Amino acid sequence: MDKDVRKEVTKLQELTYELKVEDAMTREVVTVTPQTTMAEFREILRTHRISGTPVLEDGRLAGIVSIEDLIKALANGEIGVAVGEKMTHSVKTLYTDEPLVHVVGQFARFGFGRFPVVNRHRELVGIITQGDIVRALLRELEIDYQEEEIHRYRASHIFEDIVADETALVFGYHVAGKDFSAAGEASSSLKTTLSRLGIAPPVIRRVAVATYEAEINIVIYTDGGEIVAEVQPDQIRIEAIDGGPGIPDIEQAMQPGFSTAPEWVREMGFGAGMGLNNIQACADVMKLDSNVGVGTHLDIIIYLDERGRA
Amino acid sequence: MKLRGIAAALDLVVRAAPDKLDTEVTGGYASDLLSCVLAKAQKGNLWITLQAHPNIVAVASLLELAGIVVTEGRELDPGTVEKATEKGVPIFTTPHATFTIVSELAKLGVAGVD
Repeated sequence: MDKDVRKEVTKLQELTYELKVEDAMTREVVTVTPQTTMAEFREILRTHRISGTPVLEDGRLAGIVSIEDLIKALANGEIGVAVGEKMTHSVKTLYTDEPLVHVVGQFARFGFGRFPVVNRHRELVGIITQGDIVRALLRELEIDYQEEEIHRYRASHIFEDIVADETALVFGYHVAGKDFSAAGEASSSLKTTLSRLGIAPPVIRRVAVATYEAEINIVIYTDGGEIVAEVQPDQIRIEAIDGGPGIPDIEQAMQPGFSTAPEWVREMGFGAGMGLNNIQACADVMKLDSNVGVGTHLDIIIYLDERGRA
Repeated sequence: MKLRGIAAALDLVVRAAPDKLDTEVTGGYASDLLSCVLAKAQKGNLWITLQAHPNIVAVASLLELAGIVVTEGRELDPGTVEKATEKGVPIFTTPHATFTIVSELAKLGVAGVD
């Protein structure tokens, strides 16, 4: 599947493709035989708190009977008759290895409350209701959530586990020039990473805003560049490096409201001449070097210890 | 007040992330300049803007805003809804002007943040 298509698939949809009937079905199936009476069937529904069962004859699936059949029988005063007379004979079944996305479609199409599940030898191995599907999806989402927690835990303890006089984690991101569709991806990825490292949210906000502004500058003005974040136990250093065109007058560029952005970029709400000021406001230390025709090198530090603000 | 209640009261059209409407809105911020939003808007704020391109989603996601209201009946750019769905950022549209929406929000008790 290509990347853009995959992006459109939400987590839940993804799960309905990944999970199979056997991951969601109930394996202990309550069954009745054609000889069971509707009165006995009523008691079975009540005891097990279910709304229907498959009907087995000599171990083979002969039909399916539901609470609706029971209501009809009650209305007709036929509570004493055998299930065999009231059941649905042609049973729609599902296979254990069908993806849930197909099953969801079957529930919508037929409006049935349950489907018996058979293996490839047509033996009854389970039963599935819409409730089973919801439970399976919730269970899976819970697992995903726990995995994210484990990621977080492992990552946030990494500095304690490393034995060295100096430790630094370095993350590099490529930023494509003139490509507004991918603008913000580097900052967003860095933000996720820092959050997993257990960095305090106010610090993450400052890093995210500064990095986003730097990233947008690379997108608007250059043909591309790199953002490198170096995380140490006491500080985060972010460098944004591009290959030109360079800034002729840095002092002027730092003036709030000064911008050389083209009109169409301004119409998008960028290029208001505040990007560098925002970066400065977020950084504890900021250094900006630029050579026309060579490129620009932005270097900022945000402290994590008592030297910082958060 | 929750996002869901605000959307109902102001008759906003939900365009993305309808599953994320139980967020408590911590305040509001209105601007069409992205740098202003980056500097001022706080986590959980509702952002009112005329901008309709996909980059508003990146800004809202970075700042963990509650959602974005795009005003003046401005149609969303192709890709904005897709990106907002991916990032889980609720986006609403309304035919009303920014000022009208802001004054209605104020009546509901949603305050400015600066």
